[in-house]
Amino acid sequence: MPKTLTPAGTLYRGREGQWSWVAHRITGVVIFFFLLVHVLDTSLVRVSPEAYDAVIASYKNPLMGLGELGLVAAIMFHAFNGIRLILVDFWKDGPKYHRQMLWGVVGLWAVVMIAFSIRHLSHVFGG
Amino acid sequence: MATPTIDSPRSGRVTPGYSRTPGSRGNFEMVAWLFMRLSGAILLVMITVHLYVNLVAGDGITGVDFGFVAGKWANPIWQVWDLVLLWLSMLHGTNGVRVIINDYADKNSTRMWLKGVLYTATVVIVVLGTLVIFTFDPCPVIDGVAHVADYCPAP
Repeated sequence: MPKTLTPAGTLYRGREGQWSWVAHRITGVVIFFFLLVHVLDTSLVRVSPEAYDAVIASYKNPLMGLGELGLVAAIMFHAFNGIRLILVDFWKDGPKYHRQMLWGVVGLWAVVMIAFSIRHLSHVFGG
Repeated sequence: MATPTIDSPRSGRVTPGYSRTPGSRGNFEMVAWLFMRLSGAILLVMITVHLYVNLVAGDGITGVDFGFVAGKWANPIWQVWDLVLLWLSMLHGTNGVRVIINDYADKNSTRMWLKGVLYTATVVIVVLGTLVIFTFDPCPVIDGVAHVADYCPAP
């Protein structure tokens, strides 16, 4: 019986470079849509103080608090990875060290997020 | 016998079908690429301060209300800060989504529609946000009822 050959997967194996590019796009789009909503909710200060306070109150419930954590996580990754992109484009050794710089980005991001999580979650869940 | 002249590939005299730059888009894409790097670096600093002041310092998210906004915008520095933040972030985000639309929408008409919606949203949000920052009234009188706050004059 001849062995049946199945084609290899067609997933592009771009490793760190490709996945950071994917993450940069996804976080960018998420941040952009939040930005549209954020300008609209802030605009309620021109409707009435009560309207603004009512909508901002919804940002203080635990579920939205976790959402804010995700948003800040997306912003900080996009920001640090953006600096890495600038270094890849403008620093002569940038392309050579792009992978190491990604782990630097992830490490810095983790440190900032641990500190922010402690502070923010104690605001959201604290009395 | 004169030597035949062969035009340089970039002389602009190549057969139009082989030209890589049909039409005259100028160097818009290069300017957009550079803008993303410059605005990105500025936004990193400005958004970090924005998040620190609103979510980390003081009471964090629990301290944000109408009075908090009034307190910030009483200072023209925060008005200008938020204005620059609004414009830079919206232009940076709009250009990013424009690039994504160009990458994934294959049909000319789909691209045109998506970018039409994108640019409309951008103009509406930027104009709205700008007006809100500069027409903000910390002590509004709504339907004859004055807003009560310790920083407002007693009615």
